[in-house]
Amino acid sequence: MHDHIETSETEEMTARVRALETILVEKCLVDPASLDAIIETYSEHVGPQNGAAVVARAWSDPAFADWLARDATAAIHSLGFTGRQGEHMQALFNTPDSHNLVVCTLCSCYPWATLGLPPVWYKSPPYRARAVRDPRGVLAEFGVDLPAETRIHVWDSTAELRYLVIPMRPAGTEGWSEGKLATCVSRNAMIGTGLAARP
Amino acid sequence: MNGPQDLGGQMGFGPVAPEVDEPLFHADWERRVLAITLACAALGHWTIDESRHARESLPPADYLYFSYYRIWFEALTHLLARHGEVSTQELASGHALAPPVRAQRCLSAAEVPGVLSRGGPSARDPLGPALFARGQRVRARNLHAEGHTRLPRYARGRIGHIEAVHGAHVFPDANAHGGGEAPQWLYTVIFDGQALWGPDTDPTLSVRIDAWESYLEPA
Repeated sequence: MHDHIETSETEEMTARVRALETILVEKCLVDPASLDAIIETYSEHVGPQNGAAVVARAWSDPAFADWLARDATAAIHSLGFTGRQGEHMQALFNTPDSHNLVVCTLCSCYPWATLGLPPVWYKSPPYRARAVRDPRGVLAEFGVDLPAETRIHVWDSTAELRYLVIPMRPAGTEGWSEGKLATCVSRNAMIGTGLAARP
Repeated sequence: MNGPQDLGGQMGFGPVAPEVDEPLFHADWERRVLAITLACAALGHWTIDESRHARESLPPADYLYFSYYRIWFEALTHLLARHGEVSTQELASGHALAPPVRAQRCLSAAEVPGVLSRGGPSARDPLGPALFARGQRVRARNLHAEGHTRLPRYARGRIGHIEAVHGAHVFPDANAHGGGEAPQWLYTVIFDGQALWGPDTDPTLSVRIDAWESYLEPA
């Protein structure tokens, strides 16, 4: 797989995708307005800001954190983050002595409802191949260096359960609002390839 | 299937190389492929499991070489042909040459928010009691299904423990091939890293998979 899309592939795929869309629209199998609505949903409304709100709530509200630990599906859905690739959720809480990392070695399963669409690296062979065997090596490529004694828990998303990592709350954020806390929470921190940090 | 998609533990792909400030899409055709794929799924011809199988059934060299949205596109054309909606002749000509099968199921823009926010839960009522309990030692069976399966090769034959019992879920191995939902109990199984990858493996590593009941046997 390429790091960048070559011009020739772009031209070829642009033409082929346009042809397929034309055929499907001519046959009334897809509605162009629906395609625009789907793209808008995942460009504007469903993204890692949703997951960051879940984490910020968990950091702020011990009752919510407890609910999230017991029944992540209900707790997350209560914030309105429902739907495709978020139907069955489990929250994985990082602690000072354990770190969680999420992968899908078999395809690209990812918690869309809380994180949006996955980045290219998450779907690509280097990450899918190594995350289960050499997670510390992978983490080093993201600039994450954990103590040698930290337990590494890798979760391979082989079914329809989707995993959301709840990173540890950064020091020095006492008294912060949920909105401000959410700015500490990157997408990668919720996959496990990053840590939460003061912005 | 023992296909190119089963990547866990393979070597030689190089570093992960995350892209700084990666855009959501790298070309306009990618966003169209995402949307067309989801809209076509709403026609109801195939299940999510059949679509995953269509992707992993691409020629292995293509699967490893193509970008992910290209994988989606190629698989989608196979699915549309298989279910009689778009022929290779039509793709070559760029226009419809035959009537559609399920135009009455066309997803309207008004239906998009509801469809996306409902999703497709896979939990089902169990057909019987669970065979395994939390804490039990199990071995992932040494299975080599020729069709779709969600049991990764690296776990087969390895011993782990049941960490969670999740109720019954649609069984992909059947559902990908028109075999119905055939729900089975689903478990999270935890494996010690050294049980999977040998004694030189980082002793702090554990790996979990979600495994349907027929993937497992007592150990």
